[in-house]
Parts: sequence; C-alpha cells; structure tokens
Amino acid sequence: MQSRIILDSLKFQLTIERLCHQLIENHADFSNACLIGVQPRGVLLAKRILNKLEELLPGVKIKFGVLDATFYRDDFRHHEKPLLAEETDIDFVIKGKNVILVDDVFYTGRTIRSALDALLDFGRPEKIELLVLIDRRLSRHVPITPDYVGKTVDAVTSEKVKVEWSENGTEDKVWIIPYKE
Amino acid sequence: MSNLSVNHLIAIKDLQPEDIHLILNTADNFKEVLSRPIKKVPTLRDITIANIFFENSTRTRISFELAEKRLSADTINFAASSSSVKKGETLIDTVNNILAMKVDMVVMRHQSPGAPVLLSKHIKANIVNAGDGTHEHPTQALLDAYSIMEKLGEKQGKRLSDLKGVKVAIIGDILHSRVAGSNIHALKMLGADVTLCGPPTLMPKHIESMGVRVSYNLKETLEWCDVANVLRIQLERQDIKFFPSLREYSLYYGINRELLDSLSKEIVIMHPGPINRGVELTSDVADSKQSIILQQVENGVAVRMAVLYLLAGRLD
Repeated sequence: MQSRIILDSLKFQLTIERLCHQLIENHADFSNACLIGVQPRGVLLAKRILNKLEELLPGVKIKFGVLDATFYRDDFRHHEKPLLAEETDIDFVIKGKNVILVDDVFYTGRTIRSALDALLDFGRPEKIELLVLIDRRLSRHVPITPDYVGKTVDAVTSEKVKVEWSENGTEDKVWIIPYKE
Repeated sequence: MSNLSVNHLIAIKDLQPEDIHLILNTADNFKEVLSRPIKKVPTLRDITIANIFFENSTRTRISFELAEKRLSADTINFAASSSSVKKGETLIDTVNNILAMKVDMVVMRHQSPGAPVLLSKHIKANIVNAGDGTHEHPTQALLDAYSIMEKLGEKQGKRLSDLKGVKVAIIGDILHSRVAGSNIHALKMLGADVTLCGPPTLMPKHIESMGVRVSYNLKETLEWCDVANVLRIQLERQDIKFFPSLREYSLYYGINRELLDSLSKEIVIMHPGPINRGVELTSDVADSKQSIILQQVENGVAVRMAVLYLLAGRLD
C-alpha cells in the first residue's frame, strides 16, 4: 500500500479557515463559547483555530483550555505500559458555556468519549460541540458525530492517518500511510 | 520511560531515579485533578485496595484512603488492633484471607522491618509499603521530595525537575526513623546534598557510607542547609534512654523562632508529622510561613495517587 497526501499545505490552511468561518457563523463573537483542545494532538489544532479566529475577529478574546482525558479512558491496563497523562489547564468556568472540543483525527471515538466524561467533571456546559480536522467515518466504536469536519476520509483499519504540523518543523500536511505493526 | 521498574513499592532503595521522576511527574497531573471542582477520576474503578495497618497511623492511612477514593478504587480498611491477628493468625494467612475476597493491591504498615518484602514473596497482589518498622516509608520520601521541589521552584513558577545542588538537612532521631532512611535514598537519587544532624546516641553508626554528612551541631547545620526536615522523637521505639530528658533534647536539637531568626537566610522547615510541639519544633516555627508541613500533607494525596496509578498499570 502506498502513502498518499490527502491535505497539502494550501488545502490545510483553507480547511482551517473554513472551519473558523463555520464556528463564527454559530458563535458570532464567542462571548459565551470556549475552545478546548484535547491532549495531545488536538491542542495544536485548537491553537491554530484560536489564532485564526482572533485574526478574523480583531479585538475578540476567546477562552481557551486544554484537556487531558487519560484518567477517564476505558483502556487503562489494556496496554503494556501505563498511559501517561499530559497537562490539563482550564482556567475558566465551563458551566453554562458552549464548549467546542477540538481534536485532530476522529477515529474510534473513544478518546472523545473519555474527553466528554473528563469535561463534565469541570461543570455543566450549556452545550458541547466537536470539531475535528479529519473524520475517519467508517471506524466508529461509539455513537458520536462531529459538528465541524475538516475532511472526511474512508481509510481502512490497516491504514493510519498522520497529521504533520509546521509547529513541529515540517510542512502542514495530512497523510494516509500503511499501518506498521 | 513510562513504566515503573518494580511491581511493589517497598523501598526507595529498590527504585531507579527514573522511577522517582515518573512518579513525581504523574503526581503533577493528579495535583491538577485535586484542584478541580470534582476531585475524582474513574481510573481505578475496577480495582480493590486493602489498607492493612498493624501500627497506628492518622495521616498516612487517611492520605492513602483519600488517594484511593479520588481514583475511584474500592477500599477496605483493616486495623490489626480490632482483628483476628489478636487471636494468633499469621501475617501471610491474614493477608491471603483478605486477598481471597478478590483484592488487587495491598497498602500495608507493619511494625517489623521487612514485613512487606516477606508478604510480596507469598502473595499475588501489588504491595505498597506504608512504613515498616525502622526500615522505610517510601511514599513519605516521595512526597517530601515533591514538596521540596515545589517550594524551591515557587519563584520560577514551576516545580524543580531535580534537586541538584539543593542542601537538605535531616534533623533528630535518625536511628529510629524510617522516614530518614527513605529520604536519604530519594534525595541522593535526585541529586541533593544531605546532612544528618542529631545527638550521637540517635545517629546510626557508619551512616556516612550512604553518602551523607553527619553533624552534631544544630546551628551550624541550619546555617548550611536550604531545607530542614525535622523528625519526630520516636519515644515508642526507644527501649532505653538515648538522651537524659526531652527538655535537654529540645535545648540542643529543638528548633525555635530565635534560632531561625539568627540565621543568615530563610530556610524551609518540614516535618513528617505527628509533631511533638515544644520538643523538636516550637509552635511558632511549625505554624510559620517558612513551614511547609501542611503542603507536605496535601501533596501526599497526589503522590500516593501517582504510585497507585502506576502500580495498577502493572496488574495483570
């Protein structure tokens, strides 16, 4: 199986811009909304969205947090090594807010399921929405659907979706690559 | 590294420095959990932990129990004083009977050094030593190290990543203290310089071979150190007289306000509790802003959560 690029650098930028416009359509000035990136890789996307939104809406300050759902996962002890957590930092009250959860690749849905549990321990939001860059729509294990999707792909389980970020020294790119055992 | 090198936490001596860093880094995550509106995560909801205490304890028992509850584990508490141990049941029989009821982990305090090692060779559960006689008290050493790193990192706004170059004095009844033993191992592994200070009768022979300095002069030791970890005089373990009177002990080795004020810098005061007020520390020192005694207790829960979490990851 060959590796192939499904989003190149230009399409990547356009996709993020489109997602931002969709968010603005629904949340206008974000006075009652907040962005929360899911650790580890949702945080990069969430920061990118945040920067773009603040560029599109000059003067608007958007509440931003990061959430780690490791302690809420259902596969603890199914791995050889314990799962290690990353930072969680939500320095505002989410009660009554419209929370936009952000993750890069939406696959089985289990990460988001645990993120929802984790989020609810911070309070009762008015509404929770899900934004993802890539939706692998044929691989869901739980009944969760994203509200904002960058690109939908029909990759099979023997393939992996890999997102590269310019923050990590490469070009922004999304690949589908064969899964290495 | 994301895995401990041990299946049981019996002694700091058995750990690698990487294990200590892994535990303390994981404790950072749990400290954040403890600051949330709902201070609880569902991680260990399928695990049952027995807290078996053959010796009295307030802080450690409550701290372990809270750590277990914050991780959603089921807990059972067992105090030897009100159990069949009084009828002559052996340690291994007692624990095996508890494990027959499907218990995954055991937190044990015992008056005999080596009891947790013995147990680990005969039972299947993961064991956490909550103090065995005068041997070790590993979670206390971990929370002490964590508290020092947190306090000294306050100015940078971030917990120190190790204790290189930090001068720690351990003061008092070194001979009977399991806290001292565990602390020396942990502090040395993290790179600290350690001085022990106390009356010669309470100083173990050849202790310098652990790579520590020994001093019998309190003032000089306090002047040298950044952090003073003051131990309790363990009268219950002293079968003979090691010093003439508590009054005399406190005159030579007790820390009071006047003594602290006479130093050229402000040092951090720690104590594993329970304090003999007026003996090793006066009340105005124990309750001062230099003292991090209550932070130690607070950090204890996060550190114990980290230990239980990482050991549970090694269960089958």
